[in-house]
Amino acid sequence: MQLIVNIIVLSAIYALLACGYVLIYRVSRVLNMAHGEIAMLGAYMLFTSASLFVGNPLTAIAVAVVMSLTIGVLVYVLLMRKMTGEMVLAAILTTIAIGILLRGLIVLIWSAAQQRPLEALGFSNPSIELIGGARISACAALMVIMTAVVYGGLFAFLRFGRWGVRMRAAGQNPLLAAQRGVNLNAIYALAWALSSLSGSIAGMLIALDSGLDQTMVVIGLKAFAPALVGGLDSLIGALLGSLIVAAAEVLAIHYIDPLLSDVVPFLVLIAMLIVRPWGLFGTREELDRV
Amino acid sequence: MSRAPRASGYFRTSYAQDLALVGTRLERTSLGVFILALLAFPFAASAFQLDLACQVFLACVGALSLMLLTGYAGQISLGHAGLMAAGAFTVGILFRETNAPFWITLPCAALVGALLGIIFGLPSLRLRGLYLAVSTLALHFVVIYLGGEYESRRGFSTGIVIDPPTLGGFAITDGRIWYFILLAAAATTLLLCVNLLRARSGRAWRAIRAHETVAEALGISIAGYKLLAFVISSAITAVAGALFAYYRGFVSVEAFSLFLTIQYLAMVIIGGMGSLLGALLGATFVTLFPYIIETGLLALPGAQRYASLLFAVNYAGFGFVMILFLIFEPLGLVGIWHRIQSYFLLWPFKHRSASGSR
Repeated sequence: MQLIVNIIVLSAIYALLACGYVLIYRVSRVLNMAHGEIAMLGAYMLFTSASLFVGNPLTAIAVAVVMSLTIGVLVYVLLMRKMTGEMVLAAILTTIAIGILLRGLIVLIWSAAQQRPLEALGFSNPSIELIGGARISACAALMVIMTAVVYGGLFAFLRFGRWGVRMRAAGQNPLLAAQRGVNLNAIYALAWALSSLSGSIAGMLIALDSGLDQTMVVIGLKAFAPALVGGLDSLIGALLGSLIVAAAEVLAIHYIDPLLSDVVPFLVLIAMLIVRPWGLFGTREELDRV
Repeated sequence: MSRAPRASGYFRTSYAQDLALVGTRLERTSLGVFILALLAFPFAASAFQLDLACQVFLACVGALSLMLLTGYAGQISLGHAGLMAAGAFTVGILFRETNAPFWITLPCAALVGALLGIIFGLPSLRLRGLYLAVSTLALHFVVIYLGGEYESRRGFSTGIVIDPPTLGGFAITDGRIWYFILLAAAATTLLLCVNLLRARSGRAWRAIRAHETVAEALGISIAGYKLLAFVISSAITAVAGALFAYYRGFVSVEAFSLFLTIQYLAMVIIGGMGSLLGALLGATFVTLFPYIIETGLLALPGAQRYASLLFAVNYAGFGFVMILFLIFEPLGLVGIWHRIQSYFLLWPFKHRSASGSR
C-alpha cells in the first residue's frame, strides 16, 4: 500500500516537471535542459517572498507565482528568442548554459546551504494516514492534487482557450499559424511562462516537503525521462510516462538497490528510445526530403 | 564552416603541395617557432603553470575527439564525461585487480572506449538530433552508475588510488615529463584527426552532417561512417580519461559529472564548430577560464570575503560566457581569429570583392 502511495507521489512530481518540457517542446521544438534550474529558482522565489511577507503566506505564494511567470517570459525574450532557427545543438546548449548560469547565481544569492521554506511560510507538514495503513505527508498530498489541477487546467486551456488553440496551431505549423495572424513571439513567451510556472509549482512543493537545495536539479533532469517516454509533444503521454517511470523507480529501489534510483529513469528511457523513439503518444518526426 | 583566409598568389601546382600539411614559408616558420616555444616552456614555467599546461593538453585531446564527432560528423553527444569515466575506470580497475602496467591499461582503455562507442553510436542509427543527445545522456548516467557501483562494492568509497606509471623501474612523477607525455598525446591526436578528416572518412562525415539523405544517395554508408565516428571519437576520449587517471593518480565518479560534458561541449562551441583549431582554442580557453576568474576576483579589494563565493562565480561566469558566445559569436574563437586575419589580408579594403573570391 505504501509502495502505491510512493509511486503516485513520485509520478506527480515527475508529471508536474515533465509537462514543462512538453509545453516548450510542443510549441517551439526546443528541449529545455534548464528546466530543473528554473524549478529550483521558483522554489527560491517562494523562500524569499516567504521571508519578506512574514505571516502572510497567501501574498507570499502569489508573489512567487508571478515571479516564476516573469522568469519564463524573461528567459524567452532575452535569450531563447535569439536562438530561433539555429541548430538543435545550439538551442540545447543555450538552455544548458542558462541552467549553469542560474545555478551559479542561485548559490551566489542564497548560498548552497539547505533552506526550509516550509518554516518560513509558517506552515506545518503533518503526516496523514490513509486506508491500509499507508502514510502520506500533507505536502505530498497537495502535490498530487496540484498535478491534477495543473493538468486539468492545461487540457482545458489547450482545448477551449483562445490562446490555447493558437498555441497548438503554432506548434503544428508555425508558418501557417503566423500567416493567420498568430503572434508567434507572444505564443512562445506564453509557453515559456507556463512551463516555468508548472516547473516552479513542482519545485515549491518539493521544497516544502523536503527542503530546498541544489539536488533539485537532478530531479529536473530525471523528469525528462518521463517526458520522452510519453512522447515529447503529448501531455497525456507525459502523465502516463511519469507513472511508468515512477513505478519502475520505486519498485527498483524497494526490491533491488536504493543506489539505482538515479539510473532507473534513464534505463527506462533507453529502452523506450530503442523500441519507439518518438514515445508512447508522440508524433513521429517527418521524414526529411531532398 | 569557415576556412582560413589566405592572401592571393598562393596556388597549389603539384600533388605534393596539395598533400602538404603546411604550405607557405610563413606557416612553416610560425609553426616552428610555436613548437620551439612549447618545447622550451617547461624549463621556464613554475610547477603551477606546468600543471595548467598539462590540463590544457588533456582537454585538447578530449575536445578534439568531441569535435570529430559533433563538429564534423554532426552527431550530438552528451555522454562525453561518461566515456572519459569509462577510460579512467578501466585503468583504475585493471590496476587495482591485476596490477597491470600502463602499456596494457592504455590500449585496454581504448578498446573499452571503442566498444562503448558502438553502444553509444547504435542509437544514432535510428535517432537524430535531440533524441540522440538524450540517449547519450542516458548512457552517461549508466556508465557513471556502474563506476559508482564498483567503487562501493570494492570498498573504495572515496575513489581509487593509482600509482604513477613506471617505465623501466622508474616512476613518472615529474611534472616536466608529464608535460612532454601529454604534449605528445595532444599532438598525436591532432595529427590523427587532421589526417582522418582529409581522407575518405572525413569527407563522408561532412557529407552526413550536411545532409544524411543526400549522403546516402551518393553511396556513403551512413551506418558504417556514423559508427566509425563514434568508435574513433570514443576510443580517443577513453584514452584521454585514462591519461587523466594516471596524471591525477586518482579515479572517482565525482570527477566525471555532467558538468564535465558541458565543459567539453563548451570548448567545442566557444572554439568554433567544425574546426580543429577551434577545438584547441576552446580547450585552452575553457581550461584556463576558472583560473582567470580566480585571479581577477582575488585582485579585487577585500579578496578574502569573495573566496568562498569563487565556485559559484565560476559557475555563473561560465554559463554567461557560453551564452554570449552562442548568441553573439556562433563561429566561436576561430571565427574571431579568421576575421582578424581577413582584416589584415584585405587591408585597406573592408570586404572581399563579390565575384572571383572564395
